Amino acid sequence: MDDSRVYLGLIATFAMCSVIAVGGANSTVPEMHRAAVDVYGWISDLKFSELFAIAQAAPGPNVVFVALLGEYIAGVPGALIAITAMCLPSCTIAYCAARLIDRFEHARWRIVIQAGLVPLTIGLIASSALIVTRAADRNLAAVLITAASFALCYWTRVSPLVALALAAGLGLMGVV
Amino acid sequence: MQEPPDAAAPAPRRPAPTAIELFLGFATIAGLGFGGVLAWSRRIIVQRRGWLSAEAFNEQLALCQLLPGGNILNFAVMYGCRCAGILGSLAAVLGLIGPPVILMIIAGMLYRRFGDLPVLHGVFAALAAAAAGLLIATSAQMIGATIKDRVRPGHLIAAATFVAAGVLRLPLLWVMVAIAPVSVALAWWERR
Repeated sequence: MDDSRVYLGLIATFAMCSVIAVGGANSTVPEMHRAAVDVYGWISDLKFSELFAIAQAAPGPNVVFVALLGEYIAGVPGALIAITAMCLPSCTIAYCAARLIDRFEHARWRIVIQAGLVPLTIGLIASSALIVTRAADRNLAAVLITAASFALCYWTRVSPLVALALAAGLGLMGVV
Repeated sequence: MQEPPDAAAPAPRRPAPTAIELFLGFATIAGLGFGGVLAWSRRIIVQRRGWLSAEAFNEQLALCQLLPGGNILNFAVMYGCRCAGILGSLAAVLGLIGPPVILMIIAGMLYRRFGDLPVLHGVFAALAAAAAGLLIATSAQMIGATIKDRVRPGHLIAAATFVAAGVLRLPLLWVMVAIAPVSVALAWWERR
């Protein structure tokens, strides 16, 4: 059945993302994009970046973006399968860690491994930014909105929601 | 109930929360957490409810950042486990992701139904452009925080990761397997 093939693809994609997500869920956006757009062809480049934007504007941890993606691809079962596949492996690891290890925040190996993963996280977040920007900036107005949003979030302390709300207003006026 | 003014004066330590309290606490964090939940977790767990001291919160978070997966999600699992065992972990995780997942399912249904209306199409296109700017700002801030005085091996690692995952779009698993050991080895070598 076709549905079950999609479900298996969702499980494979997100379970893998779950165990290799370093420094938070957004570092796996490049892999989710590669799987959903390039490998399986579940969703277009533009729709992916639009869904990502909706998830950013909503409350909750970043990881719930996969529920939105799963819903778009395969309805409510897709959402539940995607979020479970994304959370279960990493949560199981965290649970075992909580049981096994009590205090090792000063352990040298922890500090070294964590320091080693920071540059990877940075490279992956920058990759996410590149992928989402390429998909979203299809005309000059969109490029200007991206630039303005960057400036607002980088040089001021206002909430990112202000940038998203202003952009939604511009979109409503038909600027993009 | 009085709210302490800042992290320097945390709320008095109370008995470990029950599973129900964990569920409600993490659901509050999720519901308030627009634009990232980290700031709100600190505020609720340390300041408002006094479940952990600021130092203990940082220590636990450091461990969560090392483990794969969402940082606050890992925090919910580990803290829930310490307070109330596996039931506590489940309660904290369900509180943290349950309400936002329901919201995302509703948003996905609305998007599939109305996302192609011309007026909304403009809104989503503009939102996507703004979210891209937000992500560029996040990466720029992360890069800025690591570049202090000179270029270090870590910067080359970040650049290599960016080219591999962002420009060439190689599978993340390959990127991790190839780059993570080198990066950790360099971090060890720098700290000899």
